Amino acid sequence: MYAPAIVAEAFLNGLLTGSVYALIALGLTLVYGVLHIINFAHGALLTGAMFAVWAAHAGLGLDPYLAIPLLTPLFFALGYALQRFVIGPASHGSESNILLVTLGLAIIIENALLATFRSDTRTLATDYGFQSVEFGPLILSKPRLIGFAAAVLVTILLWLVLAHSDTGKAIRAVAKEKLGARLVGIDVGHVYAVTFGLGCACLAIAACLLMPTFYVNPRVGNAFVLVAFTIVVLGGMSSVPGALLGALFVGVVESLSGLYFGDSLGQLGIFLIFILVLLVRPTGLFGAKA
Amino acid sequence: MTARDLLPIAVAVALTALVPLFVTTNTVLNFLVLVLIVALAAQGWNILGGFGGQFSFGHAAFFGTGAYATAILQTRFGVNAWAGFALGVAAGALAGWIIGYLSFRSGLRGSYFALVTLAFAEVFRILANAAEVTGGAAGMLIKLDMRPANFQFASRAVFFWVALALVAAALVLTRGIECSRFGARLVAIRENEEAAQALGVDTLRTKLAAITLSAGVTAASGCLYAQYFLFVDAQIAYGTWISVEALLAPIIGGAGTAFGPLIGALSLHALGEIAKLFAGRVPGIDLALFGCLLVAAVAFAPEGILGLARRTRPRLKPAAG
Amino acid sequence: MSLIDRRTVLKTGTAAAALVAAPAYLRAQAGAVKVGILQPVTGALAQDGELGRTGAEAAINEINSSGGLKSLGGAKIEMVFGDARSNPEAGTQEVERMQAEGVVAIVGGFASPICLAATQAAARYELPYIVDVGVSDQITSRGLKNTFRFGPGFGIVTGTAVENLTKLNDAAGRPAKTVVLVHEDQLFGSGLAKLMQNELPKRGFEILDTIAHPTPARDMSNIALRIRSLNPDLVIPSSYYNEFVLLARTMQQQRIRPKGVYAVLNGAASNYRFVKEFPDAAANVMDCNHWHDPRNPKAVAVKKQVDDAGKLWAYNVPLNYSCVMLLADAIERAGSADRGKIIEALAATSGAFKAHIMPYGDTRFVNGQNQGAGPVNTQVQGNDIKVIFPESFADAKPVFPARG
Repeated sequence: MYAPAIVAEAFLNGLLTGSVYALIALGLTLVYGVLHIINFAHGALLTGAMFAVWAAHAGLGLDPYLAIPLLTPLFFALGYALQRFVIGPASHGSESNILLVTLGLAIIIENALLATFRSDTRTLATDYGFQSVEFGPLILSKPRLIGFAAAVLVTILLWLVLAHSDTGKAIRAVAKEKLGARLVGIDVGHVYAVTFGLGCACLAIAACLLMPTFYVNPRVGNAFVLVAFTIVVLGGMSSVPGALLGALFVGVVESLSGLYFGDSLGQLGIFLIFILVLLVRPTGLFGAKA
Repeated sequence: MTARDLLPIAVAVALTALVPLFVTTNTVLNFLVLVLIVALAAQGWNILGGFGGQFSFGHAAFFGTGAYATAILQTRFGVNAWAGFALGVAAGALAGWIIGYLSFRSGLRGSYFALVTLAFAEVFRILANAAEVTGGAAGMLIKLDMRPANFQFASRAVFFWVALALVAAALVLTRGIECSRFGARLVAIRENEEAAQALGVDTLRTKLAAITLSAGVTAASGCLYAQYFLFVDAQIAYGTWISVEALLAPIIGGAGTAFGPLIGALSLHALGEIAKLFAGRVPGIDLALFGCLLVAAVAFAPEGILGLARRTRPRLKPAAG
Repeated sequence: MSLIDRRTVLKTGTAAAALVAAPAYLRAQAGAVKVGILQPVTGALAQDGELGRTGAEAAINEINSSGGLKSLGGAKIEMVFGDARSNPEAGTQEVERMQAEGVVAIVGGFASPICLAATQAAARYELPYIVDVGVSDQITSRGLKNTFRFGPGFGIVTGTAVENLTKLNDAAGRPAKTVVLVHEDQLFGSGLAKLMQNELPKRGFEILDTIAHPTPARDMSNIALRIRSLNPDLVIPSSYYNEFVLLARTMQQQRIRPKGVYAVLNGAASNYRFVKEFPDAAANVMDCNHWHDPRNPKAVAVKKQVDDAGKLWAYNVPLNYSCVMLLADAIERAGSADRGKIIEALAATSGAFKAHIMPYGDTRFVNGQNQGAGPVNTQVQGNDIKVIFPESFADAKPVFPARG
């Protein structure tokens, strides 16, 4: 039905979109793997990060890519503080209460952003926003290619940190066996907060990579939350490489089913695959066997 | 279940039923009807989530099925509204059984179960938004004809009583579960599924029964919504808002208790209205405040409002005595 | 003890003084006529709600600063604002609150589901309700006596959109033959697509593809890709603001340049923010939408006032302004704040009602729907939004085909 070049481009578009999903899902999967919570505030935090990128550009004239070194530590600190001083103490360690607290946080963040920035949709203009790179018949967006490269790089970095650094080892220890980790002297509260901070830092990077081609308004993060959840499950909860592979997979499925069935019903494809995977192989497509 | 078990319900319902005699402003009655609709949805969630420990993020799937079923039966097949209500409940229960069968058979639990229900609700939403029979994206309008035979009432008070009767029925049902062997099996599964299985509890059957009942009750709430607003579309019926409301109310009120969902729904919506008093020229301030109150409520009443009451009571007793 | 006594006396004294003063205060309040303005200013529709509120406030301020309601002895209009929170339940609850506060009528609602629920709740009290946007034709087909819609409904908008497109194409020598439809999958986009699929082939257009997308959409690359591969003469998008911005930007990047982009009720093509931020992507985009009458000096003045206040101008502003003016006109003619009389006066509105700023024919209500209402065609030209069709309201000539 479509020329091979079109299908190929749809495939590549899917990979590019998927790479940004990966960054969003990374934070979610980390937090899930270690804290065993489903973080309802994830979308609102992404919205906050996107507004931060926009404000840095509009107020300080800071390029979105140059905002990465500024916003990443900032959001790490924010995430750390949120978990350490709000979510942790308020939820008393109960899973259902964490749900409520993160939901409450989502409502607060979304509406505080609405009150501050108002409901307008905002975009930012960069010199490279409309630039594209041509490979034969394929026209690919330059900022999205940059986003892809950065997302893969961040995933590898994060994976290395988790695998080899002391903090990473502590995080993995807590994820596996909380009580045991505590017994060998690991400060579990600190590890939780570091994990949440890492999740938020990933969101900040995702926001910086998204903004050259996307828009922001107080509810924009919601568009990415459901898809991020599906990726976390497909990738096998708490698996970093799984999140990347799951995200690229979802990006491509979404792109190709969108091409053939239209974007509306294309969404159906993702959820049906998601349900099937859960029913048949709940550890995820790329997760370790339980 | 003895008369003693039912006494608190009878007293609470009787007292609530008197409200329209004293409060004549429809602002309050409309508010209470909304609370009752949400409470009913939450009571459904509570059977599965509160007693059985199976957290669903997708009770919209049942709410919406009830709402659409009753709307479609009335407008497309000329079925009487009351019969449509009964069939809507049945349709919701069936949806619950199917989703339960698929997910529990695969051994899904915890977050996995939560996410699969969420995905089912989303699939239903996308389909309802595209299908011909549901009116597609335009939604469905139930013909406005205010007669009791049509499950439509000119007086807000009468609708309030009907909604209250349904909530009361759900209270009795919940109390019945609490006192039955079925309830004991359900709680056993919540506390430790492997242990329950080892003790000879047929966990699959028990969970299936629970999700079917749960879905039926939540579907009744959907039917009630459809009859009250006379309009359903995919976002209303299968949107995440009702899934969140249905799980929020019991957790806030006290999950796994008969009165928890009702108290939770009432407190949440009352908080929402109180927050409105602080709504100024800047939109969003009131809802942000609502979020802060929610977080604070969890921080100070981690076992729900009923849990808080239970915790403070023993401390009060010695002081009084 | 004496201290306490003195304080009590003092308190009682103050209260008594307040009581004595109360009648004068009450009289001043009783003079004001309360009007409910219902808009979703939080949640998914917050942006539209804010625009609607701007328009309603502009009208109320103007009426109050020019002597109030004359037939009621110069009574001022007091706005009772309600946030519908982007859902029908909250909308209904606000209608109940407004009723309890004694409003004489309600204006607004914006989205069809909110309007359906709110008009029905208001009907219980025979409370006049003027729908500002809500295009669903079901709103005015339910026989609710209290419900009026000043703007056009779905049927009129889509019908006019098809008519005007045909005329536009014919006048330019039929440069456009092939069409791709892109629409959001909610009420408006889907309904429009269905109508276009039936009507356009009869008028010499070939529909190459119909692409539905959800709102919010995360990516428009594939839609752009399909358009690029089909290379149509005309792209007809019907989406909300954010999605159209994404689409227009992607099309620009992918160097897709059809002969025309003819949007219908599109959030972006009639939005100054889009025109300002992406002048290249926006250039020559046409839209069939609600818009103010650019030849009406009053409309120009209101627009300047809103611009000067640093607020955004979109169709919601003149529509809500006009709806409040319609209500004020009806109250003046009723000579009373009695609801029944206001409803009668609204139903009897005629071409003599000139205070609105919409490009409509004579106002005449049939079953609550204004028969004079209709959309116009606008086009982005030279970083401004111009009306290009119908000629009786136009302030510019169409540029079509845009890129030969």
